[in-house]
Amino acid sequence: MNAEHEPLLEDLLAGKHRALARVISKIENRSPGYRDLVSELYAHTGAADVIGITGSPGAGKSTLVDKLAETYRDRGETVGVIAIDPSSPFTGGAVLGDRIRMASTVGDMDVFVRSMSARGTLGGLSTATADAVKAMDAFGKDKIIIETVGAGQNEIDIVRTADTVAVLVPPGSGDDIQTLKAGILEIADVFVVNKADRPGADRTVQELRDMIHLGEGPGMGGDAGHHGADAMDAGGADWGDDGDAIEDWTPPIVETVATKGEGVEAFIDDLAAHQQYLVDSGTRAEMTRQRYAEEIRTLLREDVHAMLESRIEDEGGIDDLAEGVRTGETDPYTIASDLLEPVEACLDDLDVDGT
Amino acid sequence: MSSEQEQESIRCLVAKVGLDGHDRGAHVIARAFRDAGFEVIYSGLHKAPEEIVQAAVQEDVDVLGISILSGAHDTLVPKIMDGLEEYGAKEDTLVLAGGVIPDEDRDELKELGVAEIFGPGTSIEETIEFVRENAPER
Repeated sequence: MNAEHEPLLEDLLAGKHRALARVISKIENRSPGYRDLVSELYAHTGAADVIGITGSPGAGKSTLVDKLAETYRDRGETVGVIAIDPSSPFTGGAVLGDRIRMASTVGDMDVFVRSMSARGTLGGLSTATADAVKAMDAFGKDKIIIETVGAGQNEIDIVRTADTVAVLVPPGSGDDIQTLKAGILEIADVFVVNKADRPGADRTVQELRDMIHLGEGPGMGGDAGHHGADAMDAGGADWGDDGDAIEDWTPPIVETVATKGEGVEAFIDDLAAHQQYLVDSGTRAEMTRQRYAEEIRTLLREDVHAMLESRIEDEGGIDDLAEGVRTGETDPYTIASDLLEPVEACLDDLDVDGT
Repeated sequence: MSSEQEQESIRCLVAKVGLDGHDRGAHVIARAFRDAGFEVIYSGLHKAPEEIVQAAVQEDVDVLGISILSGAHDTLVPKIMDGLEEYGAKEDTLVLAGGVIPDEDRDELKELGVAEIFGPGTSIEETIEFVRENAPER
């Protein structure tokens, strides 16, 4: 590890907030040597419970996270929060506004709130988030809460860093067909109907309940879906079997009014019950393994991606290649296989040497 | 967009401290910084100095912009500077002040470690340029 990082790591492990903040910056910036730093963190992790909070924009995620942090603090536990906000696709700039709502715990350094922006790259955010979680875990936080941007497929990647995923569903967020759609609702370990004092909350709870029971029904679509996912997994080994791994867990639905702190205790009990379930069922070990598998894959993908980008530069840049396709000289498939040919050749050579 | 390349972004905390209840200017600055490609954390209104320090330390910001219209800069800014020092963050944080700050108070603030003071009428471009040129190298 580089000499500058060693005291930083020591300070982080000694509980210095400034060091934790600086390490997370290095992770976000991908500063030279940050990987060695993160490697060193792994030996000190594993004690924290990681909770992911997601849901559509305006569902009340920040306010709920604030109350959650406050309640954990009342119970004597330390809390780390990673709040993710979108960044501009044009300038890369961002206004990170979640911190404003974390008002219940200001002045209490044992709630460490860190805002992160998406900074645009493929897979980069989920890696940075996972690494920042490692830093908070090594620092000694008991609970780490990841609050995601809002809707979208990318969210699903990020919350996979968490042991327990809570999905916020505000009242009146669409008819019951919305609950049948694939995506964000499938990843929930706990459902939170926030703003439960608003009209339509009862209906939303009922629709979620119907959806959950539909998924449990014997021989119904839900079951077949799981098997279908399994079959694909055998070949492609992916995260598709998330629901399957914890098939005995039925996501509870909790109603909260985050602005008033109502239902927060019940929510915490549900989160704790899920954590307990993960341990009791042996699912936690399996999940951790899957998570590391995914981290390895993401890292490899990023590295290969970076190598290919520089290869594209060597070939005159992506614009030239694209122009070739536009003018009919070649096509994307040919370009891809041409660019990858030397990589394939190298890997084949390695195989031969290995056996 | 090589994923290995450094992805440094200037991080700024735009802070409203004390009792003044007017943050239109802070919003304008936050938006302009965003459009300049910075990552901006806005504190919200009515923050105590310790809250600002906490946010600046945890968010590891390069730049702390303090907006004060109430005339209380003499009491609030020193508290913030002391807090930053306590966490070892004073040295490498560029602290700016803006809002209504009389000329005769400026030297005193600069002695405390405030890098620059932007009064009414300062152009946004000027502020952004200053941040780009003076944001600390870490």
